[in-house]
Parts: sequence; structure tokens; C-alpha cells
Amino acid sequence: MIPALAAFPVFTLLAILQTSIVSRVPLLQGTADLVLLVIIAWALQERVSTAWHWAVIGGAIIGLASSLSIYVPIISYLITTAATLLLRRRIWQTPLLAMFLTTLIGTLISHFATALSLSIAGTALPWAETLKLITLPSLFLNILLAAPIYAIVQDLADWLHPEEIKI
Amino acid sequence: MMNPKSKIPWPTLTLVLIAVGLVILALGGYLTPLSRLALSPVISTQTWVSERFQALRVYFTAPRDVNLVNQRNAELEAEVAHLQTQIIELQQQLGEFRILSALLDFARAYPEYQYVGASVIGRDPSPFVKYIHINRGSDDGLRRGMPVVTQQGLVGRISQITASAALVQLITDPSVTVNVRLEPTRAEAILSGSITGDLGLDMIPQDASIGAGELVLTSGLGGNYPPNILIGQVTGVRSQDYDLFQSASMQPVVDFANLEIVLVITNFQPVDLSPLIPTPSVP
Repeated sequence: MIPALAAFPVFTLLAILQTSIVSRVPLLQGTADLVLLVIIAWALQERVSTAWHWAVIGGAIIGLASSLSIYVPIISYLITTAATLLLRRRIWQTPLLAMFLTTLIGTLISHFATALSLSIAGTALPWAETLKLITLPSLFLNILLAAPIYAIVQDLADWLHPEEIKI
Repeated sequence: MMNPKSKIPWPTLTLVLIAVGLVILALGGYLTPLSRLALSPVISTQTWVSERFQALRVYFTAPRDVNLVNQRNAELEAEVAHLQTQIIELQQQLGEFRILSALLDFARAYPEYQYVGASVIGRDPSPFVKYIHINRGSDDGLRRGMPVVTQQGLVGRISQITASAALVQLITDPSVTVNVRLEPTRAEAILSGSITGDLGLDMIPQDASIGAGELVLTSGLGGNYPPNILIGQVTGVRSQDYDLFQSASMQPVVDFANLEIVLVITNFQPVDLSPLIPTPSVP
């Protein structure tokens, strides 16, 4: 229960950081997505069983802070979590590699979902330009931040899920 | 009877005479070369001894002085840091003052509007849309649809609002269209944003002879923005004979990447034209 509730302060703080700092330092037009990275890193932790909760809470908080429909980040984070959990079972021995791989997949999923929702809403998005100016720079920034965020989230997971010692 | 030998102290008298003679010679300047010659090695020796003594004294007293110097240095460095902090604070205040002064100039230039100043506190987390967060909301009298400007020109309009904050859709957002007028030709056009943040002009009549440098202002058509608010300047025109309309690229006057303080026009009531737009009737 506590690990699931911990998502609220964590994602609130991340949303503040995201809107006030990270979104103000774009690379071309792309920006890093701290919430996505934390959701991925959280889902990759072995003892964590609240990955779905974190995806919904993170998506809802970012949805509230964004002008996008609240469903877009929730759905994209849920799909990313599913992909992460799938990969966690496949490459559980090298979590950092899984982190990079899921960051790549998660960024693409998140951006595809956003672009699709905007296209459905009637916004003209040139796909090639979107990929070149938004998705690829965002992907680069996300990959750059993946390792430090994984380390921080691992510490957080160890703190919230202390290892049980069998006597 | 007195002993004559004991009355005249010859040695003393001789010494006195020699002394008097030397004094007279010295006063007369006759002994200067001799004294220079005699004093030179003495002075050299004294200088050498003095220097060594000074060196030794510095050697033994230096640690205490270095500590004092270090202490003083630390005090001065702290003072310098404090003064630098003050300079930075004053520069920030000066920057804010300049912005507020420019905003005041803008408000004076458009006295028909009422304004509420707001600070930009964030940007939309999604890089696909161009929105900013401001620190004023419905508690400050703001409402959805109110136009937002800076001292340079049009910024956008409020799209979502809470009690203490609002989300402003910038005119650079890809889903935005604004009815504009070009000056001095007075040609009407439609401004649209893009994902790159660039602004473009479409639907310019083919017969309008526009060129680079024309000013782009809001026309007021559509009821979403007040008229005559500056947006930017035309930088290039694309015109083909077979096209129905001309299009143009433009440079906004507002620096959307560095927005800090904005003004919300509170007495402009946007007009909702949607009930007037005919809908296809079902037979």
C-alpha cells in the first residue's frame, strides 16, 4: 500500500521538475520525460509489484499538468509498463540494458500515442519533422538520463521494499 | 710646592686637540672621502646583517602572519561573495523592473484594456504542444479565453484555468489559428502555429501585393483576440499562379522561449461563434 501511495509525492515532485525545468531546456523541440523514465525504472525493480499503480498515477498527474487529454499519458505509460514487465522477465540479468531498451520503446510509444491523439483532434503534424525535431532529440535526452534515474529509483525501491532476510 | 708634571695632562690635551682638529676638519668637509672610505664596509656589513636578521625574523614570524592574511583573505572573499550575490539580485531586480516597465508602457499604449500581470511558472510537459503555465487563476479574475500579451505583442490565450493557475495556449501551438491583418496593405490572413514553433501565414488573397517587412496584427475577426495587437513581421512570401491563396513566413516579435512575465487582458470577452456556424442538416 505504502509503495503505491509513495507514487503521489514522487510524481508530483517530478511533474513540478518537468514543467518548470526540464521542459524549458529542449534539445531542438524535444524534451526529456522524467515521469516516463521513473515509471520504467520502477517497473524494472525486482521486488516492486506496484508498477501498474505507478503508471496510472504518473499518467494522471502528467495528464493534469498537460493540455493533452488525461487518457493519453495514462494509456501510453500503461503500454510502456507492459513492455517493461515483459522485458524484465526476458532480460532480468541486465536491468540497465533493459532500462535503455525500454526507454527507447517507451519514448516511441509515448510519442506515437501523443501524435496520434493530436492527429485525431485535427492538428496537422508532419510525421517526418515530428520524428526529426521532437522524437529523436527526446529519445537522446531520455537515454542520457536513463542510467542516473535508474540508480535513484533503485535506491527508492530498496528503501520502500527492504530485502527480507530468512532466518 | 706643586709637582709640574702633575699639572699638565699632556696625553689628554693631545687627545682633545686631535679631537678638536678632527671636528674642525670634518666641519670643513675635509674628512668626507676618508669617512666614506671607512664607513662603506661598515654599512655593507650592517646591511648584510640586517637583511639576514630580517629574513630570520620573517621566517620565524611568518606562520602567524600567514594565518592572519588567510583569515583576512577569507573575510574578504566572503565579502566579495556577498557583494556578488547582491549584484546578481540587483541585476535580477533590474531585469524584472525593465520587463515591468515595458509592460507598463504596453498597458499605457492600450488604455482601453484592463490587465492582470502573471509570471510564467512552467511549460507543458509534452513537447508536442506549446502551452505555458502562469501563476494566476480564476481567483484573480481570469477566465478561459482571455488573451495574453507581453510588452512586445500577442502571446496566446487562456485555455484551461484553476483557482490559482492557468494554462495558456501560445500562438505557436500547432493547433492554433489566428485571424490577422497585414499592415500597411491591410490584407487579411490566417496565422497558424507549428510543432517547430515557427509561425506561418495562409489564406492571403492572391491580389494582395505583400512583401517582407509587413507588420502582422490581430484583425479581431473570429472574436478570439482583440484587434490591432502586434504579432510579428513578414519575412518571406510564397506565391504561385496556380494557387488560390498566397502564403508567407513570419518572425514573431515575442520571444516565446524566454517568457517570464505576461499580461492577461481581463476585460476582453471572447465571442463564441460556434452557434452561428451552420451544421449539416439531416434530411
